[in-house]
Amino acid sequence: MKLETREVTKRYGDFLALDGASFQTNNDSRVVALLGPSGGGKSTLLRVLGGLLLPESGEVVVNDQPLPNEPGEALKNLRRNGFVFQGYNLFPHLSALQNIVLPLAAVHDFSDSVAHERAMELLKRLGLEEHFHKRPAELSGGQQQRAAIARALAPRPDLLLLDEPTSALDPVMTGEVLDVIRELAEGGQQIVLATHEISFARKVADWIVFLVKGRVEESCAAEQFFEQPTSALAREYLAGLSRYR
Amino acid sequence: MNPPSSRRLFWSFALLAVVSLGIYVTFAAVHYTWNWASIWGYRSQFIWGWFTTLGISLGAMVVSIIVGFALMIGRRSSCMPLHLLSTGIVEVLRGSPLLVQLLLGYYIVATALHVGDPMIVGTVLLGCFEGAYLAEIFRGAVESISASQREAARAVGFDSAQTYRFVIIPQAVRRALPGTTGQMVSLIKDSSLLSVIGIEELVQKVRIMNSSSYTALEGYLPLAVAYLVVTIPLSWYARKLERRFAYET
Repeated sequence: MKLETREVTKRYGDFLALDGASFQTNNDSRVVALLGPSGGGKSTLLRVLGGLLLPESGEVVVNDQPLPNEPGEALKNLRRNGFVFQGYNLFPHLSALQNIVLPLAAVHDFSDSVAHERAMELLKRLGLEEHFHKRPAELSGGQQQRAAIARALAPRPDLLLLDEPTSALDPVMTGEVLDVIRELAEGGQQIVLATHEISFARKVADWIVFLVKGRVEESCAAEQFFEQPTSALAREYLAGLSRYR
Repeated sequence: MNPPSSRRLFWSFALLAVVSLGIYVTFAAVHYTWNWASIWGYRSQFIWGWFTTLGISLGAMVVSIIVGFALMIGRRSSCMPLHLLSTGIVEVLRGSPLLVQLLLGYYIVATALHVGDPMIVGTVLLGCFEGAYLAEIFRGAVESISASQREAARAVGFDSAQTYRFVIIPQAVRRALPGTTGQMVSLIKDSSLLSVIGIEELVQKVRIMNSSSYTALEGYLPLAVAYLVVTIPLSWYARKLERRFAYET
């Protein structure tokens, strides 16, 4: 895939989350990682790339197609993508299975039996087969996050966008979830990942976008970013993160 | 029977005994001569009044839920005139006495609209009054659903109607239940005010019964019981529903 933004701005009230962010990946990036300090705009950029947030100005281009701004078209575009968030965000009143089946049936026009089959297939693949009937509160954090990944994958999204998917998990659960993401990446799923897991990004990502204060400081192939980052801020960031690991 | 529920039963009976004794002592102190025989003859009137109260209350509950939901949607609307109108209606209905609303609503508005049946007018007016309170209970419940749930709904591709239907309302219902039950209990009791527009509901029947049988207070004890017979099971059922919807934590 090829991702590109041109002078994208997005504010929350007075806070400028993206301040003219521009970058362009190469044509065949499969896993793009958004890195940078907290508050730098990673989550916002991820939402803008997936079409979940519309920017105030600037242009977002995915595989040479500019993303639509008209609400109906934007929703249609959004439905081609899958999202996973830091806080799992499953629907608490529905079981793991219903969390997956409902969007398939209501949004993607799957028949009940096909939706059910697809949901069970994914739950099985993500090791949640026995827990299909449980509500989110009955699942561990790692299980909830895997269920959220299953929900995002169910309609076979073009892009899977993961916003700090392991930030709320302990190290064991983090491992469980990262294994799943790596398998997906190796299976060819196109992924955009905002993360602080620098060593994981190093393993799976082929393109890095490094953001500070709403601006793209560096956008380059992963290898180059980790070996020879050009910006001083990126060098500082990498040094800071690798101090204790 | 497990220990906690047997302890609960013990305390329920103990407290009931103490309260009954207190009531007995209080009543004994005023030397009132109870004349139950004379009101027994009016029992069919009493039962008729009870059914009238139940019928009006049920009708008004349905109206209040529809009105409450509509006003909640209006108050949350981004359309300015609709938002202002709904806010204004809620403030006026909640801020003025039901008595005034019934009198003006029946003698002025309903008369102007040529609606003569006090039962229909009373049911609708009571439903609107309670609906204004429900609107705020519903609004609180809907607004308490976190932004992350709305974002998750959007992220799976739901449009606004689907977000309400599949995500917000099912979760808001549980949060609105305790407040809504309280309001329904109030509604049943508030229906007694409908006597001012000539509806012979339970309280009015008891007044008539007391004066026809030359008694002062006899009718009011069965009256209290007749209300409790409805309101206590309602509260009990609501608690059961709340437990059924308890899925968080």
